[in-house]
Amino acid sequence: MADATAIPGPRGLPRWAGWGLVLLPCAALWLWGAPAAPWAFDWPKGWTIPAARWITAFTRWLLNDATFGLFTFQELTRFVAGVIDAPYRIVLSLLSTGFLRGEGSTAVEITPPLSWVAVIVSFALLGLWAGGRGLALLVAACFLFIAVFGQWQSAMVTLASILVAVPLGVAGGMALGVLAWRHLWFSRAIRPVLDLMQTIPVFAYLVPILFLFGFGPTAAVVATLIYAMPPMTRVTELALHRVPPELSDLGRMVGCTRRQMLWRVMVPSAREALMVGVNQVIMLSLNMVIIASMIGAGGLGFDVLAALRRLDFGAGLEAGFAIVALAVALDRLSQAVAVRGRGAPLRGGPLARHPYLVASLVTIAAAAAIGFVIPWVQSYPQAWQLSTGTFWSRVVEWINVNFFDTLEAVKNFFLLNLLVPFKRFLAGLPWLGVAALLAFAGWRSGGWRLGLLIAALVTLIAATGQWEKAMITVYLCGISVAIAMLIGLPIGVLAANSDRLWSWVRVIIDTLQTLPSFVYLMPAVMLFRVGDFTAMIAIVAFAVAPAIRYTVLGLKGVDPRLIEAGRAMGCSEAQILTRIRLKLALPEILLGLNQTIMFALSMLVITALVGTRDLGQEVYIALTKADPGRGLVAGLAVAFIAIVADRLIHAGAQAARGRLGLGGSST
Amino acid sequence: MSALALAAAGSAGAQDSADPIKLTLHDWTGQLITTQLMGKILQKAGNNVEYVQADYLAQFAGLETGDLDVAMEMWETTGREAMDAATATGKVENFGPTGMKAKEEWWYPEYMKEKCPGLPNWEALKDPACAEAFSTAETAPKGRYLGGPVTWGGFDDERVEALDLPFEVIHAGTDAALFAELESAYQRQAPIMLWIYAPHWAPAKYKGEWVEFPEYTPECYNDPAWGSNPDMAYDCGKPFGEIWKVGWAGVKDKWPGAYEAIKAFTIDNDEMGQMITEVDLNGKTVEEVTDAWIAANEGRWKPWIGQ
Repeated sequence: MADATAIPGPRGLPRWAGWGLVLLPCAALWLWGAPAAPWAFDWPKGWTIPAARWITAFTRWLLNDATFGLFTFQELTRFVAGVIDAPYRIVLSLLSTGFLRGEGSTAVEITPPLSWVAVIVSFALLGLWAGGRGLALLVAACFLFIAVFGQWQSAMVTLASILVAVPLGVAGGMALGVLAWRHLWFSRAIRPVLDLMQTIPVFAYLVPILFLFGFGPTAAVVATLIYAMPPMTRVTELALHRVPPELSDLGRMVGCTRRQMLWRVMVPSAREALMVGVNQVIMLSLNMVIIASMIGAGGLGFDVLAALRRLDFGAGLEAGFAIVALAVALDRLSQAVAVRGRGAPLRGGPLARHPYLVASLVTIAAAAAIGFVIPWVQSYPQAWQLSTGTFWSRVVEWINVNFFDTLEAVKNFFLLNLLVPFKRFLAGLPWLGVAALLAFAGWRSGGWRLGLLIAALVTLIAATGQWEKAMITVYLCGISVAIAMLIGLPIGVLAANSDRLWSWVRVIIDTLQTLPSFVYLMPAVMLFRVGDFTAMIAIVAFAVAPAIRYTVLGLKGVDPRLIEAGRAMGCSEAQILTRIRLKLALPEILLGLNQTIMFALSMLVITALVGTRDLGQEVYIALTKADPGRGLVAGLAVAFIAIVADRLIHAGAQAARGRLGLGGSST
Repeated sequence: MSALALAAAGSAGAQDSADPIKLTLHDWTGQLITTQLMGKILQKAGNNVEYVQADYLAQFAGLETGDLDVAMEMWETTGREAMDAATATGKVENFGPTGMKAKEEWWYPEYMKEKCPGLPNWEALKDPACAEAFSTAETAPKGRYLGGPVTWGGFDDERVEALDLPFEVIHAGTDAALFAELESAYQRQAPIMLWIYAPHWAPAKYKGEWVEFPEYTPECYNDPAWGSNPDMAYDCGKPFGEIWKVGWAGVKDKWPGAYEAIKAFTIDNDEMGQMITEVDLNGKTVEEVTDAWIAANEGRWKPWIGQ
């Protein structure tokens, strides 16, 4: 948006007067308008835009008839699928199946897969190379955990798809990010596309993807890429813009070409920020594990689903924590690689120059050779596996039998006093009034363009007949986001003060972010029954992670000199917190709020599984009816809600930046 | 049987393609057992078999393009719409019934009979005291009935209205949630009335009964005049449904021998119920259970593959 600062109110009137002028008619419409203008509350059926039908017709055309002359659209996508499939097969063979001749049950094994010992040692060596002994131990422990709990086979299948999806996501995201950094028009064009990629629930476009890319791991990788790539693009663009101008001037002075400038100057100096993007790609890819397993990717996600359908909480938890272990290992490795300075190159022959690589290869060869003689070296023996067995199921049973009534009372209190009234209130609002109010807020904080955009998006939600479900969505996500912020902010404030606490909190929020919510959703159903309350718990558990993360990020980034200055002026600790630190961290906290909303919206499809009646359920129904149009329309409505929230908060954050004198735009 | 023998005579594994036949695996035990049985029989016939994990409904995208070949359990009661849409394209073929019948109905644990003595007759549910016994804070004084996911259909909202039952229908989002609620209530011996289907491990694990509604007939769903409520349809129980085998239409030409074997495959509810119980409650693996069935039933499956 061109104008970052707030538009002043009409001349001569105080700022709140404008709000009053808009609020009053909206309130009047809400209170007394229903008989006079029913169309402002329920969009008339006759006016509904048949977008679902159009989209369905379009996808049919794309799948069956679209052609570029020499080849059809579907042939193109199948070719892309083949390109992705090739590396995936190699990695999968290496880690899980071994190299085979032939297919299916008649296939003959040529070489076995890497032995578990070799995989663990290789990753530990990678850790040693990138971050030293502590990291090596952590990584080895993560993988050993997977082996000990009998998840090795599934984990390797999941790891294979992650190892293919992440580099593709990082490379693709970076390429788009560099383009967006170079060309302003591209940046403008791609931003809404990124928003849609991140906010339309995956289920909404799953059916077309399956047709285009074929059923199986490849389609899962494509779906993962669509979902996990956008943060990389955003971060790349942002990071390249943030490189200090002195550095790029220096590059120009020494006569760098455009390419040298990018790869030798800009990218290395933005490396730390870029790694945040890589981290997000890894985390989001692991988030997709459950959905990917539904379309033939198998692996840990499938184990989680199957275990919970048997109500075997222990097995679900074990598979779920194996995903977390993978996430932690991959994340810490990528972080370490990022901060690892380039030491002086080792001298000597190729053996001496690459001691870690050589050690790893030697281990792999030795383990393979010994594995032929001693089977436990090749594959982790079943006799050594641990399992929590029925322990977790019994824990849930114990809580259920002893505390259900208490929990039920708490739940009913929340439902009757908070959830239900808020839901009724939102359901009764006229779309016209909401559109006007939000558009006004957009105009005040970001100019007339933002106002128009918001008005159009809100009206479109109503015009496609999604208003009621959209309001239920807003109600569920709104309450969850509020609770997540109420929990996340204080924890973030505490964690920002103490590095020790922060390291523990980080483990917990990483776990919450990568542990498939299905794992705790089903025990929650046992204790709280199906319905909105259970859905709210799942959303809060997932969305609290960014609320904490960004609060800490913001508070830690506050210039210590300002805090010192505050102390010198005799501020109390409470004053320093509220007057200086929280105020200065406001832009980051608002970004955290933004991400909390995005995370909450992305949980909608999962919460559809416990019987909510919102847009997520609509997407889910469309999937089961194989109706791409219906799914995408509902998915787009989710995306519109996300975009409205994002733009308003973004504009608000910029205004805050402007007021605090932190410098202008963040984009 | 003569049709079977004929089919078997015409099938010879030799002319089948050597490519693997891709059978889909879903996330419930019964389906895993059915699929593994079929896979093992096809392997005995010399076919090449591959198992692919796929979502129950999303798999049709793969079956239409031939990325996937055979789905062994498509329930009349839950998959009909998706199956019809797929077969209408001509790219998916119905390979006939599996022999198992899907039973779906309102179900309650046995201990609820004390509080509502008229059960399993549905008219007992009309008694307000009985309905209240099934209520929760949110639904009181009405009873609470936990229906299946919205996507399963089932016409429970209509049934409650047509039969004038003092119950409120709450929809679970997924069947895992359905059974989580049952497990929770059963542990506490608390009231619950919910949608249960068979073949499944739940009726084996929990003691209980299905409510006996007026028996389903097609007229009941189509003709309002039928049944106790002259103005509304759905005044009866849920239909029994076949469980179908479906697959890619190209299977017939690519693997003619396997095609006949798949069409011939049948198994019944009792056998399946026993195998599911063995796996889900007695801790055996699907592998062990299916091997045992293959060993014990040679006389049945050998004719399917012309041996």
